[in-house]
Amino acid sequence: MTALAAAPGPSRQLAGTATLLRFALRRDRLMIPVWVGVNALMVLSMPNTLKNLYGSPAERADLIHQVAANASFRALIGPVFDTSVGALTAWRAGVYAGALAAAMSLMIVVRHTRDEEESGRQELVASGMVGRRASLTAALLAAAVANGVLALLVAAGLASQGASGAVALGLGLAAVGMVFATMAAIVAQLTESARLARGLTAAVLGAAFVLRAAGDAATDDGSSALTWLSPLGWLENLRPYADERWWVLLLFAAAVALQAQVAYGLAVRRDVGMSFLPTRPGPASGRLGTAGALAWRLQRGSVFGWSIAFFVVGVVYGGLTDGVTNLVGNNENARKIFERMGGQSGLTDAFLASMVGMMGLIAALYVVSSVLRLYGEETSGRAEPVLANAVGRMRWACGHLAVAFGGSVLIMLLTGLGFAVGYGKEVGPILGACLVQVAAVWVIGGVAVLLHGVVPRAAMAAWGVAGAVLLIGWVGPALDAPQAVLDLSPFGHLPKLPGGGMDWGPVLVLLGLAVVLTAGGLAGLRRRDMTS
Amino acid sequence: MTKAISVSGLHKSFGRTHALAGLDLEVETGEVHGFLGPNGSGKSTTIRVLLGLLRADSGAARVLGLDPWRDAVEAHRRIAYVPGDVTLWRNLSGGEVIDLYGRLRGGLDPARRADLVERFELDPTKKGRTYSKGNRQKVALVAALASDVDLLILDEPTSGLDPLMEEVFQRCVEEERDRGRTILLSSHILSEVEELCDRVSIIRQGRTVESGSLADLRHLTRTSVTAELAGPPNGLAHLPGVHDLDVRGRRVRLQVDTDQLDAVLRQLTESGVRSLTSTPPTLEELFLRHYQDEAAAR
Repeated sequence: MTALAAAPGPSRQLAGTATLLRFALRRDRLMIPVWVGVNALMVLSMPNTLKNLYGSPAERADLIHQVAANASFRALIGPVFDTSVGALTAWRAGVYAGALAAAMSLMIVVRHTRDEEESGRQELVASGMVGRRASLTAALLAAAVANGVLALLVAAGLASQGASGAVALGLGLAAVGMVFATMAAIVAQLTESARLARGLTAAVLGAAFVLRAAGDAATDDGSSALTWLSPLGWLENLRPYADERWWVLLLFAAAVALQAQVAYGLAVRRDVGMSFLPTRPGPASGRLGTAGALAWRLQRGSVFGWSIAFFVVGVVYGGLTDGVTNLVGNNENARKIFERMGGQSGLTDAFLASMVGMMGLIAALYVVSSVLRLYGEETSGRAEPVLANAVGRMRWACGHLAVAFGGSVLIMLLTGLGFAVGYGKEVGPILGACLVQVAAVWVIGGVAVLLHGVVPRAAMAAWGVAGAVLLIGWVGPALDAPQAVLDLSPFGHLPKLPGGGMDWGPVLVLLGLAVVLTAGGLAGLRRRDMTS
Repeated sequence: MTKAISVSGLHKSFGRTHALAGLDLEVETGEVHGFLGPNGSGKSTTIRVLLGLLRADSGAARVLGLDPWRDAVEAHRRIAYVPGDVTLWRNLSGGEVIDLYGRLRGGLDPARRADLVERFELDPTKKGRTYSKGNRQKVALVAALASDVDLLILDEPTSGLDPLMEEVFQRCVEEERDRGRTILLSSHILSEVEELCDRVSIIRQGRTVESGSLADLRHLTRTSVTAELAGPPNGLAHLPGVHDLDVRGRRVRLQVDTDQLDAVLRQLTESGVRSLTSTPPTLEELFLRHYQDEAAAR
């Protein structure tokens, strides 16, 4: 008699992993290099920037002294542990590069697990010679490859500042990435929707950032319990370039192993395509009756999410404003950078302007994701039956564009209100500054509409445009990029508010450009074939 | 009376692929018209042109007397469409989608909606991907059949439906026809086509190869004849329209073009017929012939 239902051996559970991994890397052949490249560039550009800002050891010692004394600044970036350029690089770039590695990892893992199941592709894959653990393993390995390359680039690029610190920072960044890769692997077992899995994991990342910020505000050496609750806090406690505490890597390893164990445990206990948070039934009849209402219904969840995030960030930065400007005020170069990024005069205004500008840049990501819903609806085949009803293409597109462009106004308005709550002064000028950003955000939205309308196959390139604008806005001023490059971004042409004078000229030009781009895109959409 | 659908010389290319190469299609008002062809022959492309989702490179197309590209919205008020592969939003229930489609088209009949939901045994409270393929198909079918339109365009609407539901679908289509609605039915299920369709068009590589009533089409195909004769057969091989002639002593098997049957029977009776069986072509044979020609033409 043969034993039924014998558990397959571990080797059979991993059957097909190598093939799936190669396949995943091939599918991500563009995405992974961009994520890794941008992240590494940001870290490796830092020593140069810092040498410009804090050239002498005395200036750097002064900086440390002030960071130690300033809770707001520690909350923003973290504590500094040594005066070397390497240590300052790890301080200035570490937390943000870690967050970027985490974001990359969660995207990769969800893309190759829950996304595949949601689309139904996984069924076909799973019916092949593929073990029960193979898909998840391949997704985690793909994330490991990306993080490994990042670690190599950072370690090699910073080696001139000291090898052991470079290795520690590289490994630390990769370790943060893998913690969030395995976290995403767990969440992907819980939800049925890839979008929700990404959102929830991103919320965990946000919480990790806030915990670290709160812990660092409380103590000046990263020893707070709150800091130790956050993987981003572990990264700073690894202390690259400041007597590395290598044992912190064991903490990362333990977390990765534990989370992977949980993810595998959940994965083998559930059915393919199912989840532990099942979809609840909905109403038997509906009230949706227009294309616009449908667009709002489909996008409202993400509009709420962005609104909450922008408001909270506004409150946090608003609350930090007074403290931070006290510190920067002592450094002439830092003041210059702030001024070049945003403000013209008055350090508080300069800080506010640069923070508002940063939120504007991030809002460009919102507008691209929202406009590209059109593309998603079209290529998934959901637009076709809608358009087969008495709905013109323009009505269909304008429903989504109203959410995209209107939503941009909403989230920038909420950012301003957040600042008003956190900072409590200059409410009017800050609100105005936030709303001025919308002109540049709409230009990016217009580029996305144009790409989707005229060359739908290249619609995803809108992400590249938003990424380039982000890079110019964040890294450009610090790298002393030539003005011609800075001018490529619409954000570079906005008046520096608050503080500077309101200049309607460029704002109106940008608004006009946004209108032209959007109209061009809609005209293209009206004339072209729908893709399927 | 204007034709419900009138298409002539339709061309559409995607890059170097010629999806439609001079397609013709005439659908009379009030008929159920079968639209047949092998995979990739251009059926769905034609339907997308008729819905104004694609713009034809050349040729004329009118739907309900309107230009499907320019007057898309106006035409769609009177058209309901069921795609072959229905994709739903994961966070909307089937009921919400049915009502949305209905309202976007200008309203649907609530009594008929309730009746259809019951007949198709659809649970309208489930959401998006929790539906099986067949149930997603039912959502689109209920939405289309419950609306008050003149023309139903159904692109392989029963893929994924079980035989009982297929039966319900056929009854519904008959009811729609009795109400005077026109139906364009693209399908691979030949029994369904045979049961429902007044006329059919068969397309291949973007061209219409046959169009007419099923009786007309049968006429164009071959009948197989087996006969036991009193004397040796002669002259059969020279008759026009005779194929696969196989003579063994006094026993004859042959295939004959149906419109040449007369001459063959005359020739057979000259030799004296002891027994005769004649089998009319099945619909399957009809289609296989057209489909296989395509395989041969490739």
